[in-house]
Amino acid sequence: MSLTSDPPVGKAAANGAEREDYSALKVVPVRHPWRWAAVVVTAVLVAQFAHGLITNPGWEWDVFADFFTTRTILKAVWITIQLTFYGTALGFALGIVLAFMRLSRSPFLKSVAFTYIWAFRSIPLIVQLLFWFNLTYLYKRLDFGIPFGPGFFSFDTAGLVGAMSAAVLGLALHQAAYAAEIVRGGVLAVDGGQLEAAAALGIPRLRQLRRIVLPQAMRSILPNAANEVISLFKGTSIVSVMAIGELFYQVQVIYGRNGRVVPLLMVATVWYIILTTVLSIAQYYVERHFSRGATR
Amino acid sequence: MTAMVDIRSVHKSFGSLEVLRGIDLEVRSGEVAVVLGPSGSGKSTLLRAINHLEKVDSGWISVAGSLVGYRRQGDRLYELREREILKQRTRIGFVFQNFNLFPHLTVLENIVEAPVSALRRPRKEAVRAAEALLARVGLADKAAAYPRQLSGGQQQRVAIARALALEPELLLFDEPTSALDPELVGEVLDVIKDLAHQGTTMIVVTHEIGFAREVADTVVFMDDGRIVERGAPAEVLDAPRHERTKAFLSKVL
Ligand SMILES: Nc1ncnc2c1ncn2[C@@H]1O[C@H](COP(=O)(O)OP(=O)(O)O)[C@@H](O)[C@H]1O
Ligand SMILES: [Mg+2]
Repeated sequence: MSLTSDPPVGKAAANGAEREDYSALKVVPVRHPWRWAAVVVTAVLVAQFAHGLITNPGWEWDVFADFFTTRTILKAVWITIQLTFYGTALGFALGIVLAFMRLSRSPFLKSVAFTYIWAFRSIPLIVQLLFWFNLTYLYKRLDFGIPFGPGFFSFDTAGLVGAMSAAVLGLALHQAAYAAEIVRGGVLAVDGGQLEAAAALGIPRLRQLRRIVLPQAMRSILPNAANEVISLFKGTSIVSVMAIGELFYQVQVIYGRNGRVVPLLMVATVWYIILTTVLSIAQYYVERHFSRGATR
Repeated sequence: MTAMVDIRSVHKSFGSLEVLRGIDLEVRSGEVAVVLGPSGSGKSTLLRAINHLEKVDSGWISVAGSLVGYRRQGDRLYELREREILKQRTRIGFVFQNFNLFPHLTVLENIVEAPVSALRRPRKEAVRAAEALLARVGLADKAAAYPRQLSGGQQQRVAIARALALEPELLLFDEPTSALDPELVGEVLDVIKDLAHQGTTMIVVTHEIGFAREVADTVVFMDDGRIVERGAPAEVLDAPRHERTKAFLSKVL
């Protein structure tokens, strides 16, 4: 007795000469009627939406065109880009330091980094930004020098420079907490054998990180980091609460004056879309660079 | 003959698990020692301790006359800093079971990396040496390939070339063929045999009894953190004295 059944032995299997010639038959593909129905319905909806965008006078595309590339808006776009750039650069620089503090063997460094990440992930960005903004009124001067000792140079925190640095500081500190976890996750994803092999070869410690660990960690860091940059880029609109002339703030100012809310919101939206597209394209090429040697 | 490796009453525990329970072993310059033993007997831990990838709890290990992990000054032993330990390791080549090649670097860059960054060799010179090593392991045409484009046997031969690039005085192999498909084992063993015939001092952990019989000067049998038996291949493999050695050999042969 057997649980498996033998394959049926037909004439064809028994005698090669009588095997059927399948190549002469016509192949009929599977039909997907419901898929076609869904395509039709979706196409109608998309067409309706596009038609509305173009023909509905409420969008006021002429106003949009008037404002899209005015000096004020371009300047505001530039400030948004700067906020994103400095927020990302400083945020990730601090984030890398925090990540390696959390990965270090020192319990003190570990818990400082852990506390920082815990605190800055807990505080809403807008609360933090308002806090820094108001702190510039608390601390009118910033002193640089020996800790607790004499100061070497100092500058006033008031004025626009103060608001801008407060914004960058707030964005960067916020970003650092998330960046730290992303970098740490990336480093942990690198096989332990890699560090071991590098150590066995006597490769200096910093070089192990820079040449062996980070390039491999980048593969898992990059998609998450790109997400963070894009969300920070749109997050800069929160800075409008500090009366900094970035894109969203300027748009609000303009429609506050002329009452053309919808077309001006579209001006901001289209700029956000364009810049996010640029970032996504950059992400594609950077990821491709770091996938060297990968088969997947 | 001088001792290349001198291991004296080495103990090592992981938590409450004592993995090395007093190891004494001497490997002379030019000697090939093959370490056999069941899984979990502490073979890898011993190899890693020789390279200071694992710090021992007590006992001493010296390689080529210098203590591993310490510097002697008068009647004191100073623990070495990481930088000095890394320097020591450049004199010892280590070949891993899983190759551990750097997947984002080409074969040539894998080999050149350590001579350039650890020994500060000029890059040009290191590249020339790496090409010669690749030819020696029969992979001269693979310099520009990435590790994942190679078969397991080819990867392990690259890993051997990478270890040789530091011109080490001692080579350690931790089950170099255990991760390979059976038909690829031979090409890696051939490279190791070649090195053995050229007088390289090496300690090889393996389950390949035929290889041990052919190239070992000494066979060491480990069990449960101790060296149970050691001697010439003919003694240990063909006329084992201990029950545990007999039991192990009857399983792997
Ligand atoms: N880093 C570690 N932490 C805890 N236990 C370990 C560690 N490394 C090895 N061991 C344990 O030590 C024992 C010996 O391991 P190992 O030296 O790898 O044996 P072998 O190489 O002979 O198979 C095993 O029981 C293993 O689980
Ligand atoms: Mg092992």
